[in-house]
Amino acid sequence: MVIEWVLLGAGIAILVGIFMLLSRVYLGPTVFDRILATNAMGTKTVIFLALLGFISKRPEFLDTALAYAIINFVSTIAILKFVEFKKIG
Amino acid sequence: MHWTDIATALFLGLGCVIAVTGSMGVIRLPDFYSRLHAAGKTDSLAQALIMVGLLFQTWKYEGLILNAAARLVLITMFILVTSPIATHAITKAAYLHGLEPWRKEKSRDA
Repeated sequence: MVIEWVLLGAGIAILVGIFMLLSRVYLGPTVFDRILATNAMGTKTVIFLALLGFISKRPEFLDTALAYAIINFVSTIAILKFVEFKKIG
Repeated sequence: MHWTDIATALFLGLGCVIAVTGSMGVIRLPDFYSRLHAAGKTDSLAQALIMVGLLFQTWKYEGLILNAAARLVLITMFILVTSPIATHAITKAAYLHGLEPWRKEKSRDA
């Protein structure tokens, strides 16, 4: 089937994007560059998990993707608060 | 080939092009405030396009159609709300921290 190769190609493209962002996390001159790239990586991970569910014909992976989206948002806000105020809470 | 497969291929292709372009912009652009453009906007759009593309595939799963479709819509709505909020929070934190925007004349002098 053609559609499986389309899904696989999309997954590989998203992985390439994740590794490009990972190089910015490694290089980034300021801490905010690193946080920004990590946030974008988290969004691309959610996309990749959704694609993985349809590649392996098990859409139950979407639960994991939803949980990862929530964790990504909360962790970004928490890291920013820690960087800005040096404490959480 | 069913017509939903063609729709999926179109949406996934467009979404992947936008996602890889955004990642390339995060690598190549010169400073933090211009990298925000590449990361913040392309993320929401590519994610929405890919989720719409996957939405055309849900009819193949018997008994899970509503389940998978509802979750795809839920993830799309959640990221469309939270991704701009996170980007705005990062920008505001960087601005309050005192990060200087990049200028062409300044880099030419240096």
